[in-house]
Amino acid sequence: MSAAFTWLRPEPHGIHVVPADAWIDPARPAGLALVTHGHADHARGGHDRTVATPETLAIMKLRYLTDAGASPVGYGETIRLAGGVDATYLPAGHVLGSAQILLEHAGERVIVTGDYKRRPDPTCPPFEVTPCDVFITEATFGLPVFRHPPIGEEIAKLLKARADNADRCVLVGAYALGKAQRVIAELRAAGYAEPIWLHGALERMCRLYEELGVDLGDLRLVTDAPKGGLAGQIVMAPPSALNDRWSRRLPDPITAMASGWMRVRQRARQRNVELPLVISDHADWDELTRTIEEVNPAESWITHGREEALLRWCQLHQRKARALALVGYEDEDD
Amino acid sequence: MDRFAALVDALVYTRSRNGKLRLIAEYLRATPDSDRGWALAALTDGLDFPAVKGSTIRTLLMERVDPVLFALSRDFVGDTAETASLLWPEPPGEIAPAPTVSEAAHALQHMTRATAPAGLAALLDRLDANGRYALLKLATGAMRIGISARLAKVAFAQAFEVGIDDVEEYWHGQFPPYAELFAWAAEGAPAPDAAHVPLFRPFMLAHALEGPAMKAMEAEFTGYVAEWKWDGIRVQIVHVAGETRVYSRSGDDISATFPEVAGALTIPAVLDGELLVRGSHQGGEAGGAASFNALQQRLGRKAVSKKMLAEYPAFVRLYDLLIRESEDLRPLSWEQRRAELEAFVPRLDPERFDLSDVIEAASLDDLAAIRERARDDAIEGVMLKRRDSAYVAGRKAGLWFKWKRDPLLIDCVLMYAQRGSGKRSSFYSDYTFGCWDGDPDAGAEPLPVGKAYFGFTDEELKFLDRHVRTHTVARFGPVRETDKSLVFEVAFDSVHASKRHKSGVAMRFPRISRIRTDKPAHEADRLETLKALIRD
Repeated sequence: MSAAFTWLRPEPHGIHVVPADAWIDPARPAGLALVTHGHADHARGGHDRTVATPETLAIMKLRYLTDAGASPVGYGETIRLAGGVDATYLPAGHVLGSAQILLEHAGERVIVTGDYKRRPDPTCPPFEVTPCDVFITEATFGLPVFRHPPIGEEIAKLLKARADNADRCVLVGAYALGKAQRVIAELRAAGYAEPIWLHGALERMCRLYEELGVDLGDLRLVTDAPKGGLAGQIVMAPPSALNDRWSRRLPDPITAMASGWMRVRQRARQRNVELPLVISDHADWDELTRTIEEVNPAESWITHGREEALLRWCQLHQRKARALALVGYEDEDD
Repeated sequence: MDRFAALVDALVYTRSRNGKLRLIAEYLRATPDSDRGWALAALTDGLDFPAVKGSTIRTLLMERVDPVLFALSRDFVGDTAETASLLWPEPPGEIAPAPTVSEAAHALQHMTRATAPAGLAALLDRLDANGRYALLKLATGAMRIGISARLAKVAFAQAFEVGIDDVEEYWHGQFPPYAELFAWAAEGAPAPDAAHVPLFRPFMLAHALEGPAMKAMEAEFTGYVAEWKWDGIRVQIVHVAGETRVYSRSGDDISATFPEVAGALTIPAVLDGELLVRGSHQGGEAGGAASFNALQQRLGRKAVSKKMLAEYPAFVRLYDLLIRESEDLRPLSWEQRRAELEAFVPRLDPERFDLSDVIEAASLDDLAAIRERARDDAIEGVMLKRRDSAYVAGRKAGLWFKWKRDPLLIDCVLMYAQRGSGKRSSFYSDYTFGCWDGDPDAGAEPLPVGKAYFGFTDEELKFLDRHVRTHTVARFGPVRETDKSLVFEVAFDSVHASKRHKSGVAMRFPRISRIRTDKPAHEADRLETLKALIRD
């Protein structure tokens, strides 16, 4: 690491912004936390002060039932931290409220992407390419085998499965924050106007999305369905509920799962998935490498995911890079 | 290739047998010749393109993708063909139309080791990721997508509403892309000529003798003949035009596993019998057969060592004669065929073939007593065959019955449970049970003796699932360990000494017979009780 960037220190439980004594997405309670987005592994509770977008703060309040110490900052807005550090929140295109954080100090610019993607998403504004000296990027799908297909193809597969099986229901496993709402919004965009039935664990987050201005159409709870009323319908549940007792109430469900991991057949088989939908809220290999080229930083730091392959790509393309060993980020369900 | 790729993909994700049959049948009906023939060959492991190896694929990729990135990807995906299909760099510009399955198969057939890399690359350049996966699986001849050859043949029969037995009968003389077979099944052309190939003929099978059949048998006993049901594997030996094949019950060619048997028949004939290994367990001290456990040493081997041949020599105990010197005896009655068989056996090598005895019994009660005594001889049970019945394929009502010995029973303790698959994927439905390794009141622990996943009703399954969830003491990945509180009565056919298991025993065909909620766990059986039943 170049000596110039000593004001930023990667520690196992988060990135420490030393002059401001602030932590980015800390895995344990901190005095000042800069949070990129609302997924539980990035947005933990218990910080004295939390700086995040209003949407991310609303998601955290839903989960932790408190907004004590919440400090909202809008996209494009800059806040001055202690020690002469400026932080600007920029759209990351990952989920509602997700942000990259641009840190400026002593004439140096660092971007922490958090999780991001480059595909259009009707539930959140798109990733903004911003020049910087150090680009700290995620690498969840950092292997060249991961090339997510256009989401339209996957939504078409889902609608076809529903149309072909009038006496069954399609049960879609999707991450409760972000993925579920994106799939619903894409179904609506494709003209699907029927009610979509939810597992209880998805309800509150969907309602919050609607309060924040994302229209999801007619949503109902599986527990409110009349007897026999779910045949030919689309049901959504968190991935953990797919093969559990909960799903026994459904009429011979076709088990689908919306996740970038579905690209690999054995991953889908291990989860007993019949209808794999390759839909991810993370950048795929081409997006990761294209983004590094477009941002064109002096250095790339690679965090959580398959760091080795992206590091190798940077070496092959004569780009300076290093892998950060951060712990605690889990993306198995994406 | 698109349609075949879609089929392969759908088969990977479909768990139910009926679902798989439907998918294959729909494909076979909707796809033109000879694409469907090549596809069928791929699904029945009937393809071999010697020029294309796994290493060909690796070499191709190394020329196009960084070796480190390839290795990291292969590690994650776990399958070379799938990794290659995902990593393949698509050519820039307009992509040529995808090759058909038959075009790809023809190209693969004509490749040499030298031309294979360029030829394969040219095909891959015209396909998308799923197409590339299907092509690479087809080219290496290893589909490994959970489809047996038999399943694909059943799907073929269902697709064109022809008999599976006829399909099996005509199959063996045919080669990909099976033009004659499709002409016969799909277009009603005459059946393929099978006179000069060592064809498999579908076996005649038996119903279990139980319930109303038992009552009827008492009255009609004299119309039936009784035979032993030996505890080996049912085989058919076919010799025609200088070639001999040994077929298993499923119609698989196992000649290479039992070369001494295949080499011993030199007269044109089709014989039905039980393949056994020499020993002293079944059928007396001299000229007898060993237990099934000994035969197991020989099963499933592609090559057999001299040592194996000497230690576990195989022979066939004959039940029936289907064809003798091009004369089809199947339409004759059992009695006529038996007379032909008895006249035929002396012409065979006595080292490799003998005659299965007929049991003399005056009544069903008499036979029951004989059957009970047979337990010590490790014989599976007895057969009852209608004296006037022809040899017909499959299981026809009222002709043949099997009357197995009553199963052995033992009380075991539930130790571990695992979730099932398919419809049972949310239930803990696979159970490992054990017997006490000593006195449980003196601190002995149970040791696992077997595993079973059937023998219970849906209601009992719900009860067992609940029991497992509320009595879990530890988890190991998908497996839950339960407290040792529930007793199963386990039924099984036999038990053998085994070095592979910590308990030192292996049960044959265990199933849950009853759930003994009435029995305290410490009263379940001990390992020594189970070991006393070993008859190796």
